[in-house]
Amino acid sequence: MFSYVIKRAVATLPVMAMVAVVVFAMLRLTPGDPAAILAGDDASGAQLEAIRRSMGLDQPIMVQLYVWMKQLAQGDLGVSLLSGTPVLEMIGGRIGPTLSLAVLTILLTIVVAIPMGVVAARNPGGLLDRTVMTFSVLGFSIPTFVIGYLLIYAMALKLGWFPVQGYSSVDKGLWPFFQRLVLPTLALSGIYIALVARMTRSSVIDVMGEDFIRTARAKGAKETSVLLRHALRNAAVPIVTVIGIGVASLITGVVVTESVFNLPGLGRLVVEAVLARDYPVIQGLILLFSFTYVLINLAVDILYTVFDPRIRY
Amino acid sequence: MSNQKNDLAQTGRPVLDVRNLAVSLAGNPSAKVVSDVSFTVHPGETVCVVGESGSGKSVTAFSIMGLLSREALHCSGGRIELDGENVLEADKERLRALRATRMAMIFQEPMTALNPVETVGEQIDEVLRIHKRMGRKARREKVMEMLEAVHLPEPERIYSSYPHQLSGGQRQRVVICIALILEPRLLIADEPTTALDVTTQKQILLLIRELQEKHNTAVLFITHDFGVVADIADRVVVMNRGEVVEVGTREQILSAPDKDYTRMLVSSVPSLVPEAREAHDGDIVLSVKGLGKVYAQKRFLGARREVAAAVDVDLTVRRGEILGVVGESGSGKSTVARCIVRLQDPTQGEVVVCGENIAAARGSALLSVRKRIQMVFQDPFRSLNPRLTVGESIIEGLTNFGVARAQALRRAGELMGLVGLPADALKRYPHQFSGGQRQRICIARALALEPDVLVADEAVSALDVSVQAQVLELLDDIRRKTGVGVLFITHDLRVAAQICDTIMVMQKGKIVEFGPAADVLTSPKQPYTRLLLEAAPGRHWDFQNFRPLPL
Repeated sequence: MFSYVIKRAVATLPVMAMVAVVVFAMLRLTPGDPAAILAGDDASGAQLEAIRRSMGLDQPIMVQLYVWMKQLAQGDLGVSLLSGTPVLEMIGGRIGPTLSLAVLTILLTIVVAIPMGVVAARNPGGLLDRTVMTFSVLGFSIPTFVIGYLLIYAMALKLGWFPVQGYSSVDKGLWPFFQRLVLPTLALSGIYIALVARMTRSSVIDVMGEDFIRTARAKGAKETSVLLRHALRNAAVPIVTVIGIGVASLITGVVVTESVFNLPGLGRLVVEAVLARDYPVIQGLILLFSFTYVLINLAVDILYTVFDPRIRY
Repeated sequence: MSNQKNDLAQTGRPVLDVRNLAVSLAGNPSAKVVSDVSFTVHPGETVCVVGESGSGKSVTAFSIMGLLSREALHCSGGRIELDGENVLEADKERLRALRATRMAMIFQEPMTALNPVETVGEQIDEVLRIHKRMGRKARREKVMEMLEAVHLPEPERIYSSYPHQLSGGQRQRVVICIALILEPRLLIADEPTTALDVTTQKQILLLIRELQEKHNTAVLFITHDFGVVADIADRVVVMNRGEVVEVGTREQILSAPDKDYTRMLVSSVPSLVPEAREAHDGDIVLSVKGLGKVYAQKRFLGARREVAAAVDVDLTVRRGEILGVVGESGSGKSTVARCIVRLQDPTQGEVVVCGENIAAARGSALLSVRKRIQMVFQDPFRSLNPRLTVGESIIEGLTNFGVARAQALRRAGELMGLVGLPADALKRYPHQFSGGQRQRICIARALALEPDVLVADEAVSALDVSVQAQVLELLDDIRRKTGVGVLFITHDLRVAAQICDTIMVMQKGKIVEFGPAADVLTSPKQPYTRLLLEAAPGRHWDFQNFRPLPL
């Protein structure tokens, strides 16, 4: 097990290196010039050239790549072309809202979706099942920003329970922190609840057809215990997989929610950096996202062994 | 058992009294799956319910436990009395309270009957937690006691093992623990040994008998195997198409059955003694020398783990000869078959088909070999592509080798005649056929390319006895007509006795004994072969002639 984790961790390095090269190449291939954006419309050719030189953009592409990779190897993501702030610092300043939103969304998803799925699986085709499935279809098909605006309209503007938008970090008090995250979390979790509830339902229904479920019933076990103790744990592997995919797509998929609720998170940072062609920031963020993906995959693989003793690495 | 015991059993009040039971499809009470089934089981008595697939024997068993799937089936009439209490009228709570305490069940597939993600100990313990108020320590002691009672080695280790770490026989012992830990009055055993090797089967049957005698348990034993019936039954219930054909003592049913159906069933049990067969002296079509197969598992930071599945296997098959390879699971018989057909690559030795060594053939050379050697697989339900018509499946091989479509279809039509199916079967899909018919289709598919060698891997194991007999006859007939040499892999000595000219016994990847079928089965020289023969159920009974065999 330990050697497996080490092996996987080592295998991360070439993956990250490849991501770095691809990201670098893609950015240079897209049209747009950060110097021109920074200089503004009235800048003369000489001014532009000077700005380029100061950013290091006058160097041949291979040299730029070399310089960047060398920085990376030292754990340095570089500085923003626009503000001169170190990229790492920028990410540090913006990761709070995103991480909080992601963690709350996942918690809410797990707490709501898994019971929903199990309840639906208990009697497939029954009223509860159809209700859950209807909700699931809605969750899939209504875009996050629509849910977001509806929530703002109802719960912030009409009822006045929550602020319309904005963010307050934890150190300024727990209540304002949560108060501002409730609506974004609700809006964002819709689709994940739909996804995980569906997966839980179908995978529990599958397991309920297995022979050992019959054995459990033959023991005189209560139906609830059959569902929770025997079926759910056996259904865990596909559910964990879907939750893992959900977490990964959450980290990168919060752009819309952050915009709707005006949260100063990573998603908005990505948008800002892309609009300004702030290469080091975009590269740094994409590297961070890929790294998260790799980590989550590893975590999911390790979780498999917790739920299923037959899986050993 | 003796007649005296039967009389004794009949007099007391039965533990189980099934009267006029009817089971229908849910939502359609007139579509009866089981109707008018009546029988009793007394304390200490073993009643066998025998029948072919679809006879309703398992449905009856599940009805008693209240384990029918609610969406599909429901009991629409009759009574099932357990110690005088009608379980059909019991509510859910009552039914749950009765399960494991008064009636318990063991199942066919020990591989899937246990929860794969819980330790064995926890699963046995669950029964105690559901039904008894006992402290953790007392429960653990009781479970240990039970693990010892079913003769599992190292109970401590077994307690904390997961099912996948145990063998099939060990798992079945665990299932028996679960069923019998609360000493129920009635044990229902649904084909509990069908998935096990003969030697394991014998041990499990002995174990059930031992525990039954200890607690005077009534046993309802569902089986399709008359060999098992001959060994363990006190009384027998014969079922067919959802109805009881005949009920009687073991002696009555086996020696003087009343009904034609029962006669047919009993007499179609193949004999363990093969007919005398002439030795074949035709050309050698398949010759295997020193065949070996080692499975190697590569591990990170560790030694390679190697398993030798076949070691130094030699065999020859002549034109028109049927060579049987018998052995228990894990003996390497299927590995040998797959290496010969080159579905797997042998790691050693030669496979010579009609003079050409194909052990290392690749690419086009291997392709031309495929034409000469074909395989029929165990499960006719899964070895045909469900989305292709039978005709398409059969001509696929021919068209792969460049035969024109029309000509291939003509050939497929002829083959249908050869395997005893109507020509219009070609236009239909596999799910429209029964198991036996499907296996005929598989045989036709294998014969389409006119191979010199046919490898049949447990080709009749999934079939009912009466259908088995027909398919075996067909194979016998085909080898006579076409001269194809057959390598016949089976775990069933009765099947081997019925069809094989020569028999090769395998154990742990090696050939233990080899010779003409009559010699190997009637005067085995090796202890392992003798062990296998002794474990074969019902070997003291001559089923074809309805009488005991002199020992």
